[in-house]
Amino acid sequence: MSETSDRVKKIVVEHLGVESEKVTEEASFIDDLGADSLDIVELVMAFEEEFGVEIPDDAAEKIGTVKDAIDYIEANKA
Amino acid sequence: MFDLSGMTALVTGASGGIGSAIAGALAAQGARVALSGTRQEALNEVAAGLGGDPVILPANLGDPNEVDGLVPRAIEALGQLDILINNAGVTRDNLAMRMKDEEWSEVLRINLEAAFRLARAALKPMMRARHGRIISITSVVGVTGNPGQANYAASKAGLIGMSKALAQEVASRGITVNCIAPGFIASAMTDALPDGQKEALLGRIPVGKLGEGNDVAAAAVYLASREAAYVTGQTLHVNGGMAMM
Repeated sequence: MSETSDRVKKIVVEHLGVESEKVTEEASFIDDLGADSLDIVELVMAFEEEFGVEIPDDAAEKIGTVKDAIDYIEANKA
Repeated sequence: MFDLSGMTALVTGASGGIGSAIAGALAAQGARVALSGTRQEALNEVAAGLGGDPVILPANLGDPNEVDGLVPRAIEALGQLDILINNAGVTRDNLAMRMKDEEWSEVLRINLEAAFRLARAALKPMMRARHGRIISITSVVGVTGNPGQANYAASKAGLIGMSKALAQEVASRGITVNCIAPGFIASAMTDALPDGQKEALLGRIPVGKLGEGNDVAAAAVYLASREAAYVTGQTLHVNGGMAMM
């Protein structure tokens, strides 16, 4: 769990250019981290590449926080 | 200027007059080109005249499954996709009062919906690359209208609106989305016009002659180039001055 969490947070920090302290599991990509909808599309693409999972559009739309992303990846990664 | 070395391009409708001219011009600037169309033999002929090791990808853009498969096939063949040229188009002319549902929907499906599907598929790899060019060939009649072409004019106007929306969505990622709107371009279709009609047509064109495929291709090279990075959401009219927007 923690390994996935660290990798997800690292991607978020890199893609959104935010400080790592701000990227808590509760943080909302849009409300807390300043992401727009295009940023989220890109983050999802980056998660797919990093973890080798496919995140379909309907699942991607439900990913609002860092924890949502970690949980989805944990549940679906190979 | 306008060097496309190291770039790859997918051109739909590549066996037609404008499509083959665009493919040729992109290849001449150094791009590696994938030619798509429905007529394999005509595509072979175009490919034979091009440098840069072109790829042939036959596809029927009336079939959504084939449309959705085309960009992945192009990326598999080319390794990446920098430039998408939505050039394929059909006409099914009829007065609106006589226009069949199928005449309407077929033109919209091939000219507009296929272009959207191809752009949607191309955007992901372009976002990753932080670079991309999507260029749709629309028409002067998409802006001016034309009797007998409610379907065609709607599809071409649709490309312009779609391109403006896409341009705003992805501008921050180094991707530009533009249209080229040719006027009357010399083709088998214009060659077949009776002399009287041809003269009347020329009377409406200040430059005094029909355009050539290469006139459109030069615009495509410009919009595809790195030098055009600051131009997005635009429609470049290539029409000899017949309509000044």
